[in-house]
Amino acid sequence: MPDTNAPQAHDAAYNYAYLDEQTKRMIRRAILKAVAIPGYQVPFGGREMPLPYGWGTGGIQVTAAIIGRDDTLKVIDQGADDTTNAVSIRRFFARVADVATTTKTEEATIIQTRHRVPETPLKEGQILVFQVPIPEPLRMLEPRETETRTLHALTEYGVMQVSLYESIARHGRISKGYNYPVLVNGRYMMSPSPIPKFDNPKLDRNPALQLYGAGREKRIYAVPPYTPVKSLDFDDHPFEIERWTECCAYCGSTESFLDEMIVDDQGKRLFVCSDTDFCESRRK
Amino acid sequence: MTAPLLSARAVTKRFGNRVACQGVSFDLWPGEVLGVVGESGSGKTTLLNCLAGRLAPDEGTVEYETAVMGTVDIHRLSEARRRLLARTEWGFVNQDAREGLRMGVSAGANIGERLMAIGARHYGNIRQSATDWLERVEIDFDRLDDRPTTYSGGMRQRLQIARNLVSEPRLVFMDEPTGGLDVSVQARILDLLRGLVDSFHLSAVLVTHDLGVARLLTHRLMVMQGGQVVEEGLTDQVLDDPHHAYTQMLVASILPV
Repeated sequence: MPDTNAPQAHDAAYNYAYLDEQTKRMIRRAILKAVAIPGYQVPFGGREMPLPYGWGTGGIQVTAAIIGRDDTLKVIDQGADDTTNAVSIRRFFARVADVATTTKTEEATIIQTRHRVPETPLKEGQILVFQVPIPEPLRMLEPRETETRTLHALTEYGVMQVSLYESIARHGRISKGYNYPVLVNGRYMMSPSPIPKFDNPKLDRNPALQLYGAGREKRIYAVPPYTPVKSLDFDDHPFEIERWTECCAYCGSTESFLDEMIVDDQGKRLFVCSDTDFCESRRK
Repeated sequence: MTAPLLSARAVTKRFGNRVACQGVSFDLWPGEVLGVVGESGSGKTTLLNCLAGRLAPDEGTVEYETAVMGTVDIHRLSEARRRLLARTEWGFVNQDAREGLRMGVSAGANIGERLMAIGARHYGNIRQSATDWLERVEIDFDRLDDRPTTYSGGMRQRLQIARNLVSEPRLVFMDEPTGGLDVSVQARILDLLRGLVDSFHLSAVLVTHDLGVARLLTHRLMVMQGGQVVEEGLTDQVLDDPHHAYTQMLVASILPV
């Protein structure tokens, strides 16, 4: 198996970073607009990518548009650097963009992620690229695109509060565990992509730039560094993150997001960090 | 006396060559319930939609005396302002409760939606007002967490009324609120509406084809035919002494029981 971390000369059959220059420019324009209006979904001309929708076509296009030879790329999927999706996207960019890759959060300049924000705090200058399946936070409540756009334009977000109310009425608490709706900069309602709500507080005033790409729906949105991001809640049912009674079985962490694993047929359970890099660095 | 709450001037709406309503003018005073009657296709609902800002008329103006902004021409307002008016100072009761309700969420959420839309963020308080309103429209409070899909037609209609009145609107538009319900349920809803109109000093525009409903609820009546108002006056006057041939026909066609 080839060393996926070693830099390779970029594949000359493709333009640098796979997409042609016009497309990258178009995506960069969309990104600039998205950064200028935090949380606003900017449409862009999404391209066919050499992977299926739902595997990160949006994120990969955003990464392709911003990546350069001096970047260091980290790709995670559910917090792990070693899943199929993460490994193939990392290899893809090593091949078409001649870029160094890493699994270490501190070393990366661009981190493409699916479903997690790394546990290690991000720094200024880093860019976090999210893969987004459904960019519209109101989609499940209002199927009409014309109507959701109007609701965003007029800041009419009562319907989202209705869904939280319904959740408390039904389950006694806000049961939404991932893709928990947030209000960006006091203005736009945003879907943070299906990250666990555990990661929501990390979006708030984060020093890194957050870019969100939805390939199928062809939307890009962004949260610039240090932008306030508020998770919705009620005064008497404040926003809360998940807690575990266990610690990580490998590194003993009590602060990180834990995955539950069933390890034998007797139903023995084990909790481990979902962020593999964080877990490994603690075990050294 | 104060200014009229709603005043329409020469409201005309065409769909292509077809005239849906033509040159309708009236004033609605605070606390008054105005009935619009006529057969199907006479332009009643189109008129109502024009008044409520849901349809833009081709000609004419609709002015509304707001609580805070003075008198506004509702079709000149920005969409944001109009929608704000619609969910704070107005209510709209549809004939089909499914159009006016969110069928996928509980009754409590339906009633609370307007409160949350205008910024209520305390779950306990929202729930309390929802309970109060459920009681006011005579639905058992243990149905609070049930979805409207599990409600009967009459209950849905009462829920829709509660959902509209929770923000204490000043003006309610009603489009055949008792259409499609059986007679005993109709009677209860009419009773309820009459009580609510009284106790909240509501003004309302009520569209109906049922003269009995009009007699019971409205103070003044407009009779429409082919998009035009053919007769208007106090409800009892119009029904007891109809002048226009069409009104006479309408009154005469009530089935004697």
